[in-house]
Amino acid sequence: MSNELLTSLAIFTLAILVGFEVISKVPATLHTPLMSGANSIHGIVLVGAMIIAAEADNPVSYLLAFVAMVFGAMNVVGGYVVTDRMLQMFRKKPTAPKATTEGADGAPGA
Amino acid sequence: MSQQWIYTVVYLAWLAGAACFVLGLHRMNSPATGRSGNQLSAAGMVIAVGATFIYLLTREGGLSGTAIVIIVVGFVIGGGAGLYTARIVKMTAMPQLVSLFNAVGGGAAALVAIDDFIRLNSGAPVDTTIFVVLGALIGSVTFSGSLIAGGKLQGLIPGKPIYVPGGQLVTIGLAIVAVLGTGALILGAAGVITLASGATLAILGLVVIAGLIFGITMVLPIGGADMPVVISLLNSLTGTAAAMAGFVLGNPVLIIAGALVGASGAILTKLMADAMNRSILNILVGGFGGGDTAAGAVAGAGGTVREIGADDVAIQLAYASHVIIVPGYGLAVAQAQHAVRELAELLEARGVDVKYAIHPVAGRMPGHMNVLLAEANVPYPQLKEMDEINPEFDRADVALVIGANDVTNPAARRPGSPVSGMPILDVDHAKSIVVIKRSMGKGYAGIDNELYSDPKTGMLFADAKDGLAALTAAVKAL
Repeated sequence: MSNELLTSLAIFTLAILVGFEVISKVPATLHTPLMSGANSIHGIVLVGAMIIAAEADNPVSYLLAFVAMVFGAMNVVGGYVVTDRMLQMFRKKPTAPKATTEGADGAPGA
Repeated sequence: MSQQWIYTVVYLAWLAGAACFVLGLHRMNSPATGRSGNQLSAAGMVIAVGATFIYLLTREGGLSGTAIVIIVVGFVIGGGAGLYTARIVKMTAMPQLVSLFNAVGGGAAALVAIDDFIRLNSGAPVDTTIFVVLGALIGSVTFSGSLIAGGKLQGLIPGKPIYVPGGQLVTIGLAIVAVLGTGALILGAAGVITLASGATLAILGLVVIAGLIFGITMVLPIGGADMPVVISLLNSLTGTAAAMAGFVLGNPVLIIAGALVGASGAILTKLMADAMNRSILNILVGGFGGGDTAAGAVAGAGGTVREIGADDVAIQLAYASHVIIVPGYGLAVAQAQHAVRELAELLEARGVDVKYAIHPVAGRMPGHMNVLLAEANVPYPQLKEMDEINPEFDRADVALVIGANDVTNPAARRPGSPVSGMPILDVDHAKSIVVIKRSMGKGYAGIDNELYSDPKTGMLFADAKDGLAALTAAVKAL
């Protein structure tokens, strides 16, 4: 393997380990936004689509690049927007606080 | 500015983007910081994509007019479609949208790999060939697999397991075709065997088609309740496909982002499979209940159940000090999230301590129930994970089960039942149990829930939404 590829492999391995470390700390409460957020991150393949679009020089490549651009952009934009929508719903207290007459122990995580 | 200088800056920008992804995911470890984490991750994406565009514009030769049109128009169309669907989607329909986005991500990765293959055709070194073919194959599998998963979740395709004629044999056959094709291309690149330049393209086409059909036959036989596992797995695969594209293009941000997603999907897949007490292989082999005969369903228990009226339940709830609500997917199907929050607020106003016990597989994707309740304005400190809440059932006065079934079945603690060994919520430890349920229908595993015949259990037969409305009215009247 070329040196460049070996370096890439090292980056890949370390990134997987970082991924395991970071993600195993995410609580089950947030698993859906986590998955959706991770989903948007793999939309980074959009960068790949741009590169092949730049190098395209025949109709087949143009078509492949165009569809890849559409797919990638949909993945990125939709993914981040929907994740944001989800995360903004997670609130510590209800938005329109109803009279919480008695304290109880209603906010344990605080 | 020299080319090298620009490339250095762009490369650093890619690294910065990758760092934003890691930090953004890190901030997802708490609901309080989650949103800013996602925004940081989005900022990383903007940096990486922007840097790429500048790089392509400024490098030798620049961007042709056609390329600019493809990039801009493609981005506007795809981004617009993504933006629109993401804004209008209902939270209950979230899993299928995530599946759809996953499908297009996988599709994009496959297309990038296919295009690379065509360009590099005859002349690519062995190692590059490996990554290109793997990228095309994995991307194809996730593309069709995620579309089928999304179709099942959306109800376009029946959610119950569908058995493909020939079943496992077809799937295995396709896997063999894909592996043989990949092997042939690699050997061809290594010069071990000689392939005509037309032949390599045909073989790649075969691999891609086998991958596409494999994705379909893999997901079709999987039942609706196993979807959290499948979606996680497909998500992980798409990440891997993106990383493969990164290897081919020598692009660090693709590699790092792909690896992160691959790792995250792998963890979630494992967690979900554990929560259902099934191996990933077992789920992929498919067919668990939902079909014709539920495996070894001894119609045991079957004892008498005690029916209870809304007024009685209201009294129990209103004078309890600890109430634990156990929501299942049935609650979401009945659109009763707001109704349950209303009841909980009413009880809290009376000084009752209310918590929600969320089983990891409640819903159609990992953690789905939390999102649905958060949408209904339930404060997240009240949402408790299984391990956290289970010891608390012992001191709970009332456990209110709404639309959850198998995950509360005490039979899981004994061997010999289809749900044996599945981690469950210890609902039966509560002093009193109320189950809101439409009928005595069986859960996904197709067996009777012994919880229902427990002498402590009262059954309130009603639709989740109507039942909760009746309870709320009854508590108010007290």
